[in-house]
Formats: sequence, C-alpha cells, structure tokens
Amino acid sequence: MTEKNERKIVIPGEIISSGNDLLPGEGTEKNGENIIALKYGLAEEMNKLVKVIPLSGVYQPRRGNVVIGKVENITFNGWVINIGAADNGFLSLMEVPRFVNKDALDEVMSIGDMMVGKIWNINKRGIDLSLKSRGLGKIEEGLIIEVNPNKVPRIIGKEGSMIKLIKDETDCNITVGQNGVIWIKGNKIEDELFAKKAIHFVTERSFISGLTDEITKWFAEQKKENTP
Amino acid sequence: MVTKTFKRPDGRKVDEMRKITAKVGIVPNADGSAMFSFGDTIAVAAVYGPKMMHPQHSQNAEKGTLRCQYNMLSFSVTDRIRPGPSRRSMEISKITEWALEPVVMLKDFPTQVVDVHINILQANASTRCAGINAAALALAHAGVPMKNLVSSVSIGKLDKQLVVDLIKEEEDWEEGEGATDMPFTFTPDGQLTHVQLDGKITPKQLKEAVELARKATAEIYEIQKKALKEIGGK
Amino acid sequence: MIITPRINGDRIKRYLSEGKRFDGRKPDEFREITIETGVSKNAEGSARVKIGETEVLVGIKMAVGEPYPDSPDAGNMMVTAELLQLSSPRFEGGRPGFDSVEIGRVVDRGIRESKYIDFSKLCIEKGKKVWTVFIDIYSINDDGNLLDAAGIGAIAALKHAKIPKYDEKEGKVLFGELTKDGLPLAKGVPIAITVYKVGDKLLVDPTREEEDVSEARITTGISDGVISSMQKGMEKSLSVEEFNKILDIVERVWKDLNSKIEKI
Repeated sequence: MTEKNERKIVIPGEIISSGNDLLPGEGTEKNGENIIALKYGLAEEMNKLVKVIPLSGVYQPRRGNVVIGKVENITFNGWVINIGAADNGFLSLMEVPRFVNKDALDEVMSIGDMMVGKIWNINKRGIDLSLKSRGLGKIEEGLIIEVNPNKVPRIIGKEGSMIKLIKDETDCNITVGQNGVIWIKGNKIEDELFAKKAIHFVTERSFISGLTDEITKWFAEQKKENTP
Repeated sequence: MVTKTFKRPDGRKVDEMRKITAKVGIVPNADGSAMFSFGDTIAVAAVYGPKMMHPQHSQNAEKGTLRCQYNMLSFSVTDRIRPGPSRRSMEISKITEWALEPVVMLKDFPTQVVDVHINILQANASTRCAGINAAALALAHAGVPMKNLVSSVSIGKLDKQLVVDLIKEEEDWEEGEGATDMPFTFTPDGQLTHVQLDGKITPKQLKEAVELARKATAEIYEIQKKALKEIGGK
Repeated sequence: MIITPRINGDRIKRYLSEGKRFDGRKPDEFREITIETGVSKNAEGSARVKIGETEVLVGIKMAVGEPYPDSPDAGNMMVTAELLQLSSPRFEGGRPGFDSVEIGRVVDRGIRESKYIDFSKLCIEKGKKVWTVFIDIYSINDDGNLLDAAGIGAIAALKHAKIPKYDEKEGKVLFGELTKDGLPLAKGVPIAITVYKVGDKLLVDPTREEEDVSEARITTGISDGVISSMQKGMEKSLSVEEFNKILDIVERVWKDLNSKIEKI
C-alpha cells in the first residue's frame, strides 16, 4: 500500500505496511519493520505515518471537542452530562457564562435537558465541560439524532463543506457534536427530517470517494420529487 | 495418525470442517455484532462498550474488564433447556473471556467494561468454539482495540482416530476408546489462548491434535477476516 | 446510547398532531414485516419475525408430562419471553425484568383465550400423559414494538411446528423424529395488536423513539374478527373516546395483518 490516498480495510493484527522509515500512528503499533493494525478500520499512509481510521467504536473524548449531551444528574455545584462516552462529562456552575444561583441549578438546566458544550479538560477525575463559548448552551427545541461518531468527520467535510451544503439545501441550523450526537433546528419539521435523511445518506456512504457529487445529485433529485 | 478410510457419521473427511458462515453487523443496536456457524451450530455475538462499569467498586483502575456471557436458547437443542444461566453456561462464559482476553488491549480502557453477549441459536456440538469465533468478530467490529483476532475449533478423538470439528453424534461416540473432545483457540500467529480436554489421549496424539487445530484455525481466520472486510460500513 | 430526548418527543408529538410520523408512515401503518419459519432445527417449530429493525426469534419445544390436576385430559402450554442483553444496551443485568414477563404473559393470554390450540387433542393418556407446548420468545434487536413482534412470532412458530414421535412403550419423546402432524390449531389466527398513546394521538407499531414517548398502550388479541383478550399497560389513563378509537384501529389493522399471517 503505497499510494497516499489509497485506503484499504484492515483488521486487528494485520500487517498494514513494512519499512524501517515508517512511523506507527493512531490505531497501530510497530513490530520490527512491520506496522500492525490494532483496530478495525481504514488504513491510511501519509508522509510515512501509518494510521488506522476506525470504522466503528465508541466516542473517544478529546479536549476542545464540541459535544452534545443530556443532563443525567445535578450535584451541588454542577450538572452531570451523558455524552455517550465511557465517562460522563461534568459541567461546573463556574463554566456557565452567567450567574447561577447555587440553590437553583435545575432552573438553568434540569435532568433530561439536552445541551451543547465544549470539553475543556480531561483528566483522571473525568471530562470537564464548558458553556463559555458562542453556540454553546441548553437546547430548547429541535431534533436530536445519533450517528456513529467515527463518521462525524465525513459529515462535517473538508473545512466544513459537507455540513454547509446540507444546511443550505435543507434550510436548517445544524450543530454536529464530535460524539456523534447532532442537533437539527429548522423552521418546519419536514426540513428537519430532510436534514436527518441527508445526514444518513452521508453516513451510509461515508467511505466512498466523490461523496460531495453524490449528495449534490441526491439533493437535486429530492427537490424535483417535491416540487409539484 | 489420520486415517483416510475412517467413516464419520456425516461423511466428512477426518480433517474436514463443516461449512462455515460468518457475518458481521447483524444486531443494529449493538456497538459490534457477528454471527458464526459451523454447519448446524449457529452462534451470534453482540458487543457493547467500552463503557462505564457499574458498580464502581468493580472497576479496575489499571485495566478494563472484559465480561462475557454465553447462553443457549431453550430450543437450540433437542431437549429443551430451561431459560436462565446454568453452571455450564457460566463456565463457558469464563472460558470465553479467557480465550479472548490475551488479544484485547484492556490497558486502553481502564475502569471501563466491554460486554460480550453470546447466544447459541442452534446447537450441534462445538458451540463454545462457534461462540468464541463470533465474539472475536464482534469485538473487532465494535472497534475494540485488539492485538489480533482469535479462532477456535474442536478437535476430537473417536476411538483412536483424530477428527476436526465435532458434531453431536461424534461427541457421543461410544466405540472403542469413546470420544475425546478438545476445543482449541489460537491467534493467527500460533498463540494458544484456550484449550480444554475431556476423554483419554496420549501426549503424542495430543501433539498431533494441536497441529490439526492450528491448520483448521488458520482456515477459520481467513473466513473471519473476509467477513470483516466485506461489509460496507455501519 | 441516550434514551429518546424530551425535545425529540416534542417533535414526534407535534408531527403526530398533523397525522404524520418521522418515517412517513400513517399512524395506523405497520413497518415492513418479514416472517421466516424453520430457523432453528432442533426446535419442533421456529420462526424469525422482523418488524422494521425489531427482530425476535421464537421456538416451540414439546415435552410429555403429567396434566394439571384440573384438566386431566388436556395438554398445556407455557410461554416464556426473554429480552436478550444482546438486543439492546438497555437490557442490563441478569434477572428477567418486568418487561419480559409482561411480553410472555400477553402472548400467553392472546393464544390461550382465543382457544387457538385445542389442548384436548394433546392428551396421550388421560390423567397420566399429556403434551406440553413450550413457546420461548427471544428478542434479537429492539427497535420498538417487541410485543407485537413476539405475538406474530409465536403464531408463526406454532403454525410451523410438527409434533415429535412419541414412543409409548419406552415412554419417551423421539426428538428429531417428527410426525407429519402439526399442532391442533384453530382456523382463526389470534393476532395481537398493540395501540399506543403518544401525546393525545394513537398509533400502532412504534419505533423505539416513539415507544419511549408513549404513555399508555392496549394490546388486543383478536381472531376471526372477535376480541378474546385485552391488556392495558403503562401509567396514563385513556378516555372512553380513545378506547373506542382503539377498537376501530384494531379492526382496521387486523384485516391487513391477518392476510399476511394466514399465508404462513
């Protein structure tokens, strides 16, 4: 496998490539001259770095990720948020960009509410979330959908091109959480369901090339079907 | 010694396995899933995790936990099995965990747990082997970090004859020295992760059995690999 | 896995108030149903039923034993349902939860009250030996409406089943050797249809999301146009008007389902 853009599916234990000068990237390890896959996914070699892009697997939280989660519990100083990772996230009342009365946390957000937050720290104690940025906060209404978090990069696209296309064509606001949870808000439920369909179109074809053309064609067909 | 003239109840050659099918992604809700069958023996496995482990005091701070549960459906065998765990299913659950653990990178998910649920839909012997094969596929399909897959097969000795992939009729063999049942699980590079033995066999023949198991598991590995490479993605 | 968020529930209810569902179905429309029989060879009868992505496996096993004291010349049946942990991240922990017990009992009621199985024909020796029919239901994937999938699966498996040979002299069942006789079943097939209340609308065959936001449900067992069993589940109450509407829905939906199941 030598081409920069060629990607093949690899399974754990499989030798992806061999070469003294190759470096083992994420999802791989080096054994002698061999780079071995440690996960099921697409192998990618770029500038001598060989890594595996997972096709599956639960969300691995990273600092800086924007995530969408649900309030599971309220403690004396914050909210415990389920973000679908192996650990829950925690939003301290200090990380909310407005004054919060310590005795009235549930007036700001109650159990069952959905929110968009940013991971600002990960350590042994857990995942710390913050709402102190534009676009973050409690979700009042809309549609929440869940996708395989490994498909998120495809849904966002190069420099956000794919998600922008979907937003424009469906006339919806869409916030994509890195944890695979997506918030869609449109003026009509039909638009929101249309955006949901478009996102699933992408996730079902996430590793073919020329996906942008495919989806542009699909949007054109959908528009034709819907015009009387 | 492998005799070419030995007659097996279903007409197979002594070193011939039944028809194997393997498929991933059969339980949409699961993080990873697979079915694996040796002829009439069908196993399905579904994986959930890595995820938080409850209760907290069961968590292991140094490495993750692999938790396997093996169960047979009540109607998978001729005599109905009362639903619920049995001592046998508990033992096989543990054996399955031990067969898989050497290749699962538990240190990658400390305090967390990966649950593997294996159910036998139809049984004609070699159920634990089918279960282990399905579980290995489901773990990989779920994106759990692993050093390798594992592949499992049952080797039998019927009187003095070694055979590969036992069916029930062979498990119940009564002639001569009766049946010796030996399930093995190997990684593709020859590491043994599981072995059991019930019966009577000389060390010399046991070494031959190991060779037969190596060959058979190598074939099984290729089929497992194909099943993972075939899908179009979740 | 996150249990359906409240805001999705709001959307589902709003859409329903316009008579629409997310997947384009009408409130009284079922998803695609596929029924396969003979899927587990050691069972005397078996079936796999899929409704959308919800999947169940049902097997029939038969055994000979003593009759119940109050019915010495009749066979009997036992229905068990198990929500396998493999079918959903929500089914954790070992013990059978109430849900699986309820599915077993609702399916049992539907078959028993409609007198679908003629137990008097399952007697081998009065007072001493009768057939017991075990119906074991397993969930394989839960995307809502396991209740109805289980009901259809049980019927399909019963229709597929053949009685095994019984060696009177030895007094044992010769499993694996089937007679040509199916079970003594009535012509009219009992079909269980569950109608769910979501917001103030009624629907059938909910997806997992829809079932999560439902507040009440009624499972009706109907065969040959006659209702023989009914059970209400979940916490909220229903008005008489809603109850009558449910009966109308059941009558409508039944005709469609019946034609599918008769073909098995």
